[in-house]
Amino acid sequence: MLRALLSDNLPRSRWLAAVLIVIVLALALAPFLFPGAKSLNVAVKICVFIVLAASYDLLLGYTGIVSFAHTMFFGIGGYGVAIALARLAPDWGAVALGTGAGVLVAVVLAALIGLFSLRVRTIFFAMITLAVASAFAILASQLSGLTGGEDGLNYRVPEALRPAFRLVEGDVLGVAVNGRIMTYYLVFLVSLALVLAMMRVVSSPFGSVLMAIRENAFRAEAIGYRTVVYRTVASCIAAAAAAVAGALLALWLRHTGPDTTLSFDLMIDILLMVVIGGMGTMYGAVLGATLLILAQNYLQDAMAAASQAASGVPLVANLLHPDRWLLWLGLLFILCVYFFPTGIVGRLRAARGRG
Amino acid sequence: MMPATETTSPPLRPSGAPPHAARGEEGPPPVRARRDIVPLLLVPALMLAALPLVGSPASWVTLSVAGLAMGLMIFVMASGLTLTFGLMDVLNFGHGAFIAVGAFVAASVMLAMGPWMGSDSLWLNLAAVAPAILAAMVLSGLLGWGFERVIVKPVYGQHLKQILVTMGGLIVAEQLLKVVWGPDQITLTRPPALRGAFIIGDVAIEKYRVLAVAVGLVVFVVMQLALGRTRIGLLVRAGVENSEMVEALGYRIGRVFVGVFVVGSALAGLGGALWALYQETVTAAIGAQVMVLIFIVIIIGGLGSVGGCFVGALLVGLVANYIGFLAPKVALGSNILLMALVLLWRPQGLYPVARR
Repeated sequence: MLRALLSDNLPRSRWLAAVLIVIVLALALAPFLFPGAKSLNVAVKICVFIVLAASYDLLLGYTGIVSFAHTMFFGIGGYGVAIALARLAPDWGAVALGTGAGVLVAVVLAALIGLFSLRVRTIFFAMITLAVASAFAILASQLSGLTGGEDGLNYRVPEALRPAFRLVEGDVLGVAVNGRIMTYYLVFLVSLALVLAMMRVVSSPFGSVLMAIRENAFRAEAIGYRTVVYRTVASCIAAAAAAVAGALLALWLRHTGPDTTLSFDLMIDILLMVVIGGMGTMYGAVLGATLLILAQNYLQDAMAAASQAASGVPLVANLLHPDRWLLWLGLLFILCVYFFPTGIVGRLRAARGRG
Repeated sequence: MMPATETTSPPLRPSGAPPHAARGEEGPPPVRARRDIVPLLLVPALMLAALPLVGSPASWVTLSVAGLAMGLMIFVMASGLTLTFGLMDVLNFGHGAFIAVGAFVAASVMLAMGPWMGSDSLWLNLAAVAPAILAAMVLSGLLGWGFERVIVKPVYGQHLKQILVTMGGLIVAEQLLKVVWGPDQITLTRPPALRGAFIIGDVAIEKYRVLAVAVGLVVFVVMQLALGRTRIGLLVRAGVENSEMVEALGYRIGRVFVGVFVVGSALAGLGGALWALYQETVTAAIGAQVMVLIFIVIIIGGLGSVGGCFVGALLVGLVANYIGFLAPKVALGSNILLMALVLLWRPQGLYPVARR
């Protein structure tokens, strides 16, 4: 049963399995274990970014292509739901329509970009996605009639997801089961399903072809696989998953704007998550996203304290300033690429091999 | 000092010296590469096509000069990137860091030279701008050297890791800039001699744009001469074609590569300084912003081709200004559209580099 759920892609390390179980359990019970608005917000972000990082890993880790447009697809999903809910009635039909339209646009755009650039050389893909994504971000803030411009859109979500909604009278385990918790579980379950589906994709024959292309594209082509088609399909799948993740975040935040979905900083976060967690392993995305989001929300407080402590020394205080946390993650990122290309997951698995 | 190591050129070159002039006395008469001038004609064609659309000739001249100035500044920044790609097969996503460093260093030097910058004398102004630009180039070049040694060297030949590592380098460099210069943007005023415009009839041409055009053209010509007519240019063109053979003949191609990387970074610093003076503000994100345009330019030109980069930069600059005037809302999309059209016509870019 578990084997089938994980598509025969087991953690293959006792420590990794333990960490994963802790993460999944903590996320599954988050509203009851960590009540409070901030921690629930962190839990939602972890879920959404796990999907986002896992779908990015499908490209970076499994297919070996670098895209800088992943946040664009994320944003398309988010804006799909946001525009549908803002323009139509706040009901489930609008959510379905918005998500569907978002996924469709994302897939078509991914296919277009892929066919344009992957046909020639994969390095084109990295540059063209960067250019297209930045153009899209500017477009989204320019077309203020449709997207709300820099301010973004605020909208109402369906009845069952509103804070005033109660599933049952009274409390369950001391927590009122309101619409926010309903939304949380919607996000959690859809994210879980998406991650499992992506694990299924990478374990399928299709996934094997992707890995073959990553290892040696020329050889894969020679065996008879159309690498362009496989790479493009992989980028479409990743785009669709990212769009759904965007839709989930839009439902949770009840606000969609350029900062929450399209900014290049998010792209860098995703890149850090995948590389630090471990490229080419779906579990790496889970670990990376969890660690990075936790660090983003709690490490910065620690850095602020350290910066306070070092306030006498001019440069050190600046280096430890909480806004400079990307500096340290960037260094970690470079070290990871050089010395631990398989990231945390690779290290954990290697440790098992020795022991 | 620059031209000595400035190197490479695509097999097909649009203009400047005939490709094989330097080889006149060496070896058998070379097979003359057919010169491909169609892409070069795109630039005047585009300018002519824009004339009726813009309407008034006066604003057409202003827009064209602005477009050429912007294009040439982008060319100065992009040439280093395309050079390193053509030679070393290294696509440096951290190139933006050199641009940003150039901009910051130039801004600091110019702010330090406040009285000279503020004076009304053209010569004093230039005496303040020149060292600023020189300092920007030297520091960017040094940074480029370090970047090549520490970050790029271990990942030669691995595209995926190159993209990741140089991207990481960009993140770290951008944060370090914020540590050193603070997170706020720096405002820079152009010296009086470079402010304002020349007025000829009813045509107004900003003085600074003329300077930018001049600098860009000088860089392009010097680069073409160094590539086509010096021994080291010959060596590196040979390196582009077949680096193993050049090594086998006893040349240390690795050193040439480092030299090219340093020159490319120094040019990025020069471009950054020019761009900072053009925008009159400097932020740590300046590199990342310009990188988008630079990527579009080198994709249009054909990765690794200096001539293509030149034509691509002019096209992008002109299109950005014409469209910015005609339909401001779609200005940035227009560059993507231009790129898509060029790639439909020539999937490898205007001047594909044959080797890959």
